Amino acid sequence: MKRSNEPIFWSLFGAGGMLAALVGPALVFITGIAVPFGLVFKPETMSYAHMLALSQNWAGKIFILAVIALFLWHAAHRIHILLHDFGVHAVTAVRVLCYGGAFAGTVIAAYTLLMIKA
Amino acid sequence: MADTEKIIEIEVLRYRPEQDKEPVWQSYKVPFTDDMSVLQGVQYIKDYLDETVSFRWSCRMAICGSCGMMIDDKPKLSCKTFLRDYYPGKLRVEALKHLPIERDLIVDATDFITKLESIKPYIIPKEERTLAQGEYLQTPEQRDMYEQFSSCINCMLCYAACPQYGLNPKFTGPGILALMHRYNADSRDGGQAERNELGYADEGYWGCTAVGYCSEVCPKGVDPANAINQNKMNSAINYFTRFVTPGGADK
Amino acid sequence: MSNRRPYVRSMDGWWKRDAYFVSYMAREVTSVFVAAYAVVLLFGLVRLGQGEAAFNGWLQYLKTPWMLVFHVIVLAVFCYHTWSWFKIMPKTMPIMFVGGKRVQPGTITGTGLAAAVVACLALLFIVGGVS
Repeated sequence: MKRSNEPIFWSLFGAGGMLAALVGPALVFITGIAVPFGLVFKPETMSYAHMLALSQNWAGKIFILAVIALFLWHAAHRIHILLHDFGVHAVTAVRVLCYGGAFAGTVIAAYTLLMIKA
Repeated sequence: MADTEKIIEIEVLRYRPEQDKEPVWQSYKVPFTDDMSVLQGVQYIKDYLDETVSFRWSCRMAICGSCGMMIDDKPKLSCKTFLRDYYPGKLRVEALKHLPIERDLIVDATDFITKLESIKPYIIPKEERTLAQGEYLQTPEQRDMYEQFSSCINCMLCYAACPQYGLNPKFTGPGILALMHRYNADSRDGGQAERNELGYADEGYWGCTAVGYCSEVCPKGVDPANAINQNKMNSAINYFTRFVTPGGADK
Repeated sequence: MSNRRPYVRSMDGWWKRDAYFVSYMAREVTSVFVAAYAVVLLFGLVRLGQGEAAFNGWLQYLKTPWMLVFHVIVLAVFCYHTWSWFKIMPKTMPIMFVGGKRVQPGTITGTGLAAAVVACLALLFIVGGVS
């Protein structure tokens, strides 16, 4: 039997799923609802200056990258399985599409964060 | 039964390979009493209404694992499912899903049996002991680690509950992977490396997507979903550490 | 000659067969929304890298009604993700004993959900405090 390479994707899937389960609801509420519509938080919470400061800080960079990349890898793994569950049998194409998408998103996010200098 | 006789309609998915191109539903009216199981209902059909109906059964007490069937689309042991729970409606019985129908309610279990043999479902002693050295000792705590997984009766209900097996029969499937874990988790056993060659493959633990329905339908509380999924972490750790652990690469 | 002709049934539409499968598929479909949300954040990050005007454009975009509807749906989906994530969690953990007693699945799920509530509140307070 050939050893499966699933551990790579499963680990990223698990990390992203855990992060999403722990802070996802609060994150969506903050960035998508509360701040844009002026609820709870001060209006300048997500201002350019604040977000720039966050992304200039190494801890901030890691947090932003973790959220975007791990959410993408988590989703890629499940969408890949979902297509299999729905009977799409083009295994290689599905893999390239799902994991390739997550990889591209990760590279774009990492590159953007590296380019933002303090 | 006399004056209080109740009659229930049982629809059976018939498949007679010599005459049916594909399975067809056939309906029977079965008189029953409240203590009758679905198996007894099907037996009534065979004894009094239609002797051509084929099905497997043996013990009638939920331990032989022969009489599993889809009852109103749920995998159940027909001997511990009661007609009264479906009355006054009708019920439908069908061969276990995801397995080929051999005839009527009988499935072809060849794949299951072949896989069952392949996982070395016996203890491979960690250390060889002579009779003079005495028993292989085990503490109650060590026993608890595998006991529930040893309750499997090979009824295949979990296979009928597993869409991943239905979609890809190469997947080893819940019951047999649970049995594999039963031996791997036994403190007296040393066969993990041999068995995990399959466990760590796509056909092993990784073919599971944690649907969890196998554990719901298991009549013996084996919880195959737990047996499989707790091994994904071990498998992943082994995957990443095999190059730095002595002897890990060939496992 | 054998008269055997085992009949293999189709798997088409299997997920509609049982309520259990429907809830499994619902759990898996959450991933589409997780991906969509991550893409929105990725756009925000790219805009941030392009400067203030670009980033403010993204902020304005978040204020459109469609994006509000989108985020309300995503919020509901994320809550379902959290619930389903910890509901399946006990299946992924080895058998554990605390004080000689088997840790029950409900305890694992409950602990996970409690951790999520704490983490969410912590994030809300941190963001509220920093800004």
